[in-house]
Amino acid sequence: MTTFLGLPTAPPGVGHLRQEAPFPVAARQALGNSQLRANLRKATTTIRAKRAGVVSELPDWEQLRAAGQAIKARTMADLGRYLEQLEAQVTARGGTVHWARDAAEANQIVTRLVREAGAREVVKVKSLATDEIGLNDALAAEGITAHETDLAELIVQLGRDRPSHILVPAIHRNRAEIRDIFTREMPGVDPGLTDEPAALAEAARRYLRRKFLTAAVAVSGANFAVAETGTLCVVESEGNGRMCLTLPRTLITVMGIEKVIPAWTDLGVFLQLLPRSSTGERMNPYTSMWTGVTPGDGPQAFHLVLLDNGRTAVLADPAGRDALHCIRCSACLNVCPVYERTGGHAYGSVYPGPIGAVLSPQLTGIADNASLPFASTLCGACFDACPVKINIPEMLVHLRARHVDEDIRERGKPSAEAVTMAAASWVMADPARYAAAQAASRAGRLLRRRGRISALPPPLAAWTTARDAPVPPRQTFRQWWRTQHRNPPEDTP
Amino acid sequence: MTAREEVLARIQAALRSNGTGLDGPVPSGYRTRGDVSGLHLLDLLADRLADYRAVVRRATPATQVSEVAAALADRGARRIVVPPGLEIELPASAEVIEDACLSPAELDSFDGVVTRAAVAIAETGTIVLDGSPGQGRRAISLVPDYHLCVVEASQVVHLVPEAVARLARTAGRPLTWISGPSATSDIELERVEGVHGPRTLEVVLVAD
Repeated sequence: MTTFLGLPTAPPGVGHLRQEAPFPVAARQALGNSQLRANLRKATTTIRAKRAGVVSELPDWEQLRAAGQAIKARTMADLGRYLEQLEAQVTARGGTVHWARDAAEANQIVTRLVREAGAREVVKVKSLATDEIGLNDALAAEGITAHETDLAELIVQLGRDRPSHILVPAIHRNRAEIRDIFTREMPGVDPGLTDEPAALAEAARRYLRRKFLTAAVAVSGANFAVAETGTLCVVESEGNGRMCLTLPRTLITVMGIEKVIPAWTDLGVFLQLLPRSSTGERMNPYTSMWTGVTPGDGPQAFHLVLLDNGRTAVLADPAGRDALHCIRCSACLNVCPVYERTGGHAYGSVYPGPIGAVLSPQLTGIADNASLPFASTLCGACFDACPVKINIPEMLVHLRARHVDEDIRERGKPSAEAVTMAAASWVMADPARYAAAQAASRAGRLLRRRGRISALPPPLAAWTTARDAPVPPRQTFRQWWRTQHRNPPEDTP
Repeated sequence: MTAREEVLARIQAALRSNGTGLDGPVPSGYRTRGDVSGLHLLDLLADRLADYRAVVRRATPATQVSEVAAALADRGARRIVVPPGLEIELPASAEVIEDACLSPAELDSFDGVVTRAAVAIAETGTIVLDGSPGQGRRAISLVPDYHLCVVEASQVVHLVPEAVARLARTAGRPLTWISGPSATSDIELERVEGVHGPRTLEVVLVAD
C-alpha cells in the first residue's frame, strides 16, 4: 500500500476502487464490444449537446465556476473545522454522526446500525460512496439485502453487473438487454414485458413501490452537507431518492468527508453548477434537503457516516488534492474521447473517466491503479467541462511523474517509462548509437499488426503494456538523405 | 485513538506540511439578484415549468378557487389529501382528507394532493416546499400520483441564489425542490416521465 506523507490510502480487499486488469487490457476488451461503443457514442453525444445548451443560457457560468472552485479550495484548506461544525449541527438537530477511517469500518458501522434497527433489508438511493466501499456485498455477507432503487442501479444490480457511468450506470445496456434482465430477475414481473423504456420504467415502479411503502431502513449518499446548518442534500430525478429519504423510520447516510461545504449560500452556486453539468437540465426534477430529525416528518432516526478511505491521503498532495473538489457531475466523462470509446468498466473503479483517472489512483495509492494516469490523451476537454475547474490534465501529468518517482523509491528501480526515456537520451546523444538503434527498430516491422505494434520484446515490452508503438518507417530520414546525396556537394559540411 | 480523532489528525497532518494559504472572500461575480420582475417573471416561470412538462394554469385571487376545481375535475381526482393550513377552498364534489400522520399505504390510496409552496424559481422552473402550514410533511406530496401546487406571485424569484437566500430563514426544515414530474433517462437516454414521484405536476400560478 503506497502512502503519501505517510497517510493511509483506501485498503485493498474491500470495495470497488481498484483495477482488476490494467487499463490497456480492459480497454481492448471493451473496444471489441460494438454495442457498447454505439450506446456510449449516442449517450455522450446527447448529454454533451444538452449540457452545452443549458450552460450557454447562463451569462455568469464562468463566474459560477470560479466561485465553485474557490468554495471547494477553501473548504479543503479548513476541512477539519468544517467537519466538526457539521457534526455539531447534525447532533444538535437530533442526528448521530459516525466517523469511518476506511471502507471496512464504514461497512461495519452501517451493518450494525441496520441490525440495531431490526431490519433484514434496506432500500438504497444511488450512491457512489457506498459503491466505493462495497456496502451491498458487506451487508449481504451479514444476511441483509440491499435493494438499489435508482432505475439504472437496479438494472446493474439485477444483472449482477458493475456500473459504467457516474450518472447513468447502465449506459452499457440497451433496452432489449434490460427487458431480458427484468423478465429473468425481477420477482412478480409481467412475462409479456416489452422493451419500451416507459414499460420498463413502469415495471420498476411497481416492483419498487412495495419496497418503498414497507421499508424500515434507507441508505443514501449525499451530494452536499452544509457545515453552517447541518443540512444534507441529495439531488435526483426519479423520486426514488425522496421515497428513501422520507418514508423509512431510519436513514443512514454515507458521505465522503470532502462533500462538506461551508455555508448555506454556497448551495446557490452548486445547485446551478451540478444539474446543468450533469444531466444538462436547468434543474434536476427533485432535490431533497434535511437537517437532523424533524418530528413528525420523515425518518425519526438519522445517522451520518463520515468516510475517509484514502481521502486524507489525497488531501496531503498539494498537486493532487483538487481531485477532492469533484461534485460527481460526470461532465468530464461525456467529453472524454477515451471514455467515449472504452466506457467505464475499463477504469476498474466506481470513479471512471478523467476524474476517475486522477481520483482512484490517489485514493488507493498509485501502485494499485498505476495505468490510470496514462489512460488519457491529455486533450484538455475535461478541464474545460469541469464545473469546479479541476485541472485534470495537469494532475494526470503530475501523477505520472509521482508514479515514476515512487517506483524508483520503493522498488529501487525505475519504471518502464523512466528506463525508456533514459535509454532514449543515451542513444540520441551519439550519432553511431542512434544509427544502430534505428537499424534495430526497423526490425520492429516484423512485429506489426494493422500498422501498430502492441507488444515489443523486452526490455521495451514494459512500454507497450500501456500503449501501442507505431511501426517504424521502412527507411529512416538519415537513410533517405544518403540515397539522395550520394555525392554531397563540396559546400555541404 | 477514536476514528474521529484519527481522521481529524490525518486532515491536520495532510494540511500541516502543505497548507494552502487560502483566505479572503470567495469570488462573487455571479448573479445574486434577478433582473426580471412583474409579469415577465411569472411568464418565465410558466414557460420553464411547461418546458419540464409541468401543467401550468394562470389565475387571479378571484379565479383561484375555480381554477383549482377545474384542475381537479380535468384530472378526475376525487380523493384528495391536503396538508393542515392549506386554506384553499376545494370543490364539494371532492372527498378531502386533511393529513394527520397517514401511513404511506394510506397515502397511496389518494388520487392526488394539493399544497402551497414556499418559493418558486423562474429561471429553472422550480417550486420549493419547506413543510410550513399549507405544504405539509414530505410524504404527502410524494406518494400520491398527482400533485397540484398553488403558487402566489409574491413567492416567485428569478434566480437560484435568491431562493437559497429566502430559504435561509427556514433552513432547518426539510426542503423539497421540485422541477417538473419525476423522470428518468436511464434507458438509452430516452426520457420517461413519471417513475416514483407524482407522475403529473400541475401548478396554479396566482397573480393579480
